[in-house]
Amino acid sequence: MPYPAPALDEVTTTGGFLLVLSFVVPVAAALLAFVAGGRPAERIALTSMPLGLAIAIAIMVALKRAGAPLVYLLGGWAPPLGIVLRADGLSAVMMAITAVVIGAVGVFGRTDFRTPSGSVEARAPFAFWILLLAVWGALNMVFLGGDLFTLYVALELLTFAAVPLVCLDGRAETLQAALRYLLFALLGSVLYLVGTALLYGSYGTLDIVLLSRKIQAEPATLAAAALMTVGLLAKTALFPLHLWLPAAHAGAPAAASAVLSGLVVKGSFFIVVRFWFDVMPGIPGFAAAQLLGVLGAGAIVFGSVIALRQERLKLLIAYSTLAQIGYLFLMFPLAFGGASTRLENAGALAGGVLQAISHATAKAAMFMSAGLIYAALRHDRITGLGGVARALPMSVLAFALAGAALIGVPPSGAYLAKDLLLEAAAEREQWWWAASIQAGGIFTGSYVLLVLAHALMPAPEPAASRASVSRVGEAAALALALCSLLLGLVPWEEYLPVARGTLSNPLTLETLSTALWPIVAGGVLAILLGRWGARPERISMGQVLVAMVELPRRATLALGKALERVDRMLRQWSAAGLVLLVLAILFGAAMLVAD
Amino acid sequence: MSAATVFGLCGAALAGLGLYGLIVNPQPLRKIVAFNLLGSGVFIIFGIVARRGAAAGFGADPVPQALVITGMVVAFSATALAVALLLRLFQTAGSVTLDADSPANMGTDSVDA
Repeated sequence: MPYPAPALDEVTTTGGFLLVLSFVVPVAAALLAFVAGGRPAERIALTSMPLGLAIAIAIMVALKRAGAPLVYLLGGWAPPLGIVLRADGLSAVMMAITAVVIGAVGVFGRTDFRTPSGSVEARAPFAFWILLLAVWGALNMVFLGGDLFTLYVALELLTFAAVPLVCLDGRAETLQAALRYLLFALLGSVLYLVGTALLYGSYGTLDIVLLSRKIQAEPATLAAAALMTVGLLAKTALFPLHLWLPAAHAGAPAAASAVLSGLVVKGSFFIVVRFWFDVMPGIPGFAAAQLLGVLGAGAIVFGSVIALRQERLKLLIAYSTLAQIGYLFLMFPLAFGGASTRLENAGALAGGVLQAISHATAKAAMFMSAGLIYAALRHDRITGLGGVARALPMSVLAFALAGAALIGVPPSGAYLAKDLLLEAAAEREQWWWAASIQAGGIFTGSYVLLVLAHALMPAPEPAASRASVSRVGEAAALALALCSLLLGLVPWEEYLPVARGTLSNPLTLETLSTALWPIVAGGVLAILLGRWGARPERISMGQVLVAMVELPRRATLALGKALERVDRMLRQWSAAGLVLLVLAILFGAAMLVAD
Repeated sequence: MSAATVFGLCGAALAGLGLYGLIVNPQPLRKIVAFNLLGSGVFIIFGIVARRGAAAGFGADPVPQALVITGMVVAFSATALAVALLLRLFQTAGSVTLDADSPANMGTDSVDA
């Protein structure tokens, strides 16, 4: 193969400097905070957040004005020798949502991570503020990086910032969760690195645009694609590669969990999207895309059923993240399909990204309200949540709104996402993905209702104490939940590949009624599969109901227990490693078959 | 057998050994060492890729060298972070295991049902 001639058709666009600023601000703030330490660290972090949000908004405005991706050539060197930053609609949307969530987490974290008065510096707050800024900077780099190796470095920075967030409290089990997370993530990133080596060997460049012009379905390319995809899946914790996620996300302090679950997993997900849609659109082929969708559908069922079986609220939310990650991967088989090797349905891509940002905001809000509930009750056992709705109405409301947004109640972003994905499924005539999408909504409804039902029960004794719960924290959680619920009203046509006018008005009576039945079906599922503690004995009506559901419930409980056993097995290190290898081989085979 | 093939096979063997150790070996410290072995294998493969530049008349393509150096820095930081976590885990729990459902993991508020 001839060595590549440099393509010199890219120049820095106006507004390109904004891209540099967008990660210089968090990184500079992190370094400053490191030097300043203690209470100034918190102040520096909180000051940089509005600044970062302003930059993200400025990028969105500049993008709209330019009508083409923003580009910045670092040092004026064009690729393949130089490194380029690019911001298209996807990056701009992701960056804006990241800035919003980081800001909310910052406000929320002020109560939990305040340097105690009397001391100059405390370990956990100091680490939290710096790591939060580092996660933010790394994420912005992931969204802007224009070549695969920059993305690798950004992804590693993201992991290194995220892992210590898991074990901020220094308990043995969180340290163990962090170590498991780090080692499995490293395994994933090594696979990604092998892939970049193979691609560089074949094409002599790692720049996304240059690579997409040259890339062909050759064995080396397909092997690289399979390895990189599986490596990224391990970092995203797509079922069945989720060994690290539940313990890490559930064990971390609430503010950290919100960042980890809402944002960090989106980093590697975003690179999968970049890789499949921008680097090699269509090359993985029909079978590989279907395989990715099957893993996603598996994650929805598996994660949701296990979530319903959890005793602790934070673990339930962590397993719900597992299910929602699966939902994100349903867009791949819908976007690529048939014999064509090109992107066929851009609406599916838009749907997937919308789902990602809705989940980012909603899940962060859920973890925050779980943290507030934990602070008030000193435990987070789901069966012991009785009375919490009276003690902490705002926190429970935030949880409910975030849950509604995730289920896809209009006008949430998840509703639009579902609409777009269902439309794509109908167009492709792949009814099984439509069924998976609906199942996702129903399952989400089931675990949200399970938690709300317990939270709304009367208290056995006045257990909750409001004293330790901050109003500001509650407001931050509520604001994020509302943000997720209203995402559907934003005109996304400017930034995401949605044809103008295809988005139906989310506020008609008809759409509202279609949004109701996942909630009803979810309620039934919650009754069948959830943990309910002691049976209600007061109401005779309740006894009749209990008798009615007893038989089907026994059957579903057996299913739940079986899945729990599978989950325990999959979270064994050797099993997860083997599954990883098998998946890499399967993806490689699927891509070769399509070739 | 050309030098490139020898290096390539060597890299593949290292990567294979590292992968085996990372998946099979239960001890965290050995997993960290295995990760480094795996990383070294990948870096050697990267180095072989650099020789492709020689075909275009260069002595060698410098870009993969730069990538390998960056990769080494990343692997070094990863190792440092992993060892630090491991030491803290040992100090806190008195033993090190990655087994999720081991007794060491059953804290006061973790519920096993």
